[in-house]
Amino acid sequence: MAAITQAERGGSQQVSGRRRRRPHLRSHAQNIGHPGIIWALPATIYFAIFALLPLVVVVWLSFTEWGGIGSPHWVGGANWKALATDSIMRQSIWLMLLLTALSVVTQTLVALPLGVWAAGFQRNRAVLTALYFIPLLMSSAAIAIVWRALLDPNFGIPSQMHWLFGSGNLFGHAGDAIGVLTFVAMWQWTPLYTLIYQGGARAIPAQIYEAASIDGAGRVRQFFTITLPQLRNTIVTSLILMVIGGMTAFESILILTQGEPGYSTTTTAYYMYSKAFLRFQYGQGSVIAVVLVVVATAIGLLITKWTGYDKMASAQEGI
Amino acid sequence: MRRRPNWIAGIFSVIWLVIVLTPVYVMLSASVQSQSKYSSQGPLSIPKQLIFSNFTAVVRSGFLRYFLNSVIVTAAVVLIVALLVPPLSFAIVRSRSVLSRPIFRLFLLGLAVPSQAVIVPLFYMMTKVNLYDTLEAVIFPTAAFVFPMATLIMSGSMRDITSDMYEAMSLDGASSWRTFTQMVLPLSRGGVATITVFAALQAWNNFLFPLVLTQSAGDRVYTLGLFNFETSYGINVPEISAAVIISIIPILLVYLFARRALVQGLMGVGGK
Repeated sequence: MAAITQAERGGSQQVSGRRRRRPHLRSHAQNIGHPGIIWALPATIYFAIFALLPLVVVVWLSFTEWGGIGSPHWVGGANWKALATDSIMRQSIWLMLLLTALSVVTQTLVALPLGVWAAGFQRNRAVLTALYFIPLLMSSAAIAIVWRALLDPNFGIPSQMHWLFGSGNLFGHAGDAIGVLTFVAMWQWTPLYTLIYQGGARAIPAQIYEAASIDGAGRVRQFFTITLPQLRNTIVTSLILMVIGGMTAFESILILTQGEPGYSTTTTAYYMYSKAFLRFQYGQGSVIAVVLVVVATAIGLLITKWTGYDKMASAQEGI
Repeated sequence: MRRRPNWIAGIFSVIWLVIVLTPVYVMLSASVQSQSKYSSQGPLSIPKQLIFSNFTAVVRSGFLRYFLNSVIVTAAVVLIVALLVPPLSFAIVRSRSVLSRPIFRLFLLGLAVPSQAVIVPLFYMMTKVNLYDTLEAVIFPTAAFVFPMATLIMSGSMRDITSDMYEAMSLDGASSWRTFTQMVLPLSRGGVATITVFAALQAWNNFLFPLVLTQSAGDRVYTLGLFNFETSYGINVPEISAAVIISIIPILLVYLFARRALVQGLMGVGGK
């Protein structure tokens, strides 16, 4: 993600470079050291088979009915019609957007100040930063499993702290369950964004702060007038990563809530999984998968336009 | 220019530290307690005597087999990515073919595709070619989904090589192959390191593809092993904790010995 714009630009420069050379006589010597397109073929063919072909197959499957055994049979637009009136589907998209928004807000609110603070070179900050790193050593599945154990209604921490958690069951109500998912996502991903913001804050020239101090700007004022504006690109980059991460969250839902209570934590991705692999309605699952690709791509494009990410001189600026 | 200590930030950072470390503490202390002690004394208690039977129980339950499967998947994915992506990036950056730009755009588009979207068709395809419930079924698509990001990182790294250097190589009459092996690869080794770590992390932590593309215990990777522990033993937190701790060891080693590469691989950036 990070290098898109830069890479795009590099690409267009190359095109113009080629055009410039065209009038010259194209001797053999000019092509020496320039690889033929054959260098790209193995990877492209591989990618086409295992990443692009499935996207074609899923569109086809969305017009079929298949139970996992035998061959899918064509049912035309029946799955699509069923989905159009499916209220759970609509709710799942809103829920996906809600969880994504909550993730972005909570993770930014913690990671941004923490990263700026960790950018200082004091010894104690270095030690703390190393400890903050711990969640990044664990896989999403491991994190969800550990939190599931920790928040267990009978043997977990909430069951011992009724003054804070009431009944101790955080999986029984929609609001609580959404809160758990948001919190676990925050625990898992904040360290990564803290690192990103730490890098961003360290790249701000110290002279700007010195000049501001001489002018009498206090710490809070400096944060809002120097640090935040200087971190703009970092904020945009991490925002995009957070949105992608939020929309594709899956392990935590499968392990922590199974989409429950009711359908209140069933996001689009989980709904697709449960349709296909729990209820063996692969055709209907495929319809949801197609919608997921369209929604994810549309939101991705919208954000890159809206934040001006596509116009950033170099995406590496953001990190 | 000295400033007073930043107390608000200090307090805030300690609160966050407690949040980060609480599960880590529970995991460590639960892993050396018996199930009955853990249930009766609660997750936050301090273990009075240390037992290691949880670890031996985890090993006996076949977890090492799952662990080994994950190692195989990771090694294979890294191999595929490291073999195919650098030549691809070389062609994208240096080829004069009209196809190099469309190919690059294709991989950029791939960035937007969520892996969840392809699990149904992959399941169908793998069943059709009789690869369902094999490690290959997990390896192939996992590697493919690493390609877009790896291509971006690798191309960015190779663009940093100035055209003067390419010209010097071609003045020497070097072929593409020689340019690639003797100049491009050595100069972009930071990028190669980053895509290697990135690919390894994706493969090691992968859960979704193994979940839908494998079934039998012999082909189970460790993430599924953990999931299986959770669903079949329900509340045996000590054993689950021991299993999770074992699963962290490889990444912890990378963290201790190659922190920079790990961080760049996690962020999917850098390579300079």
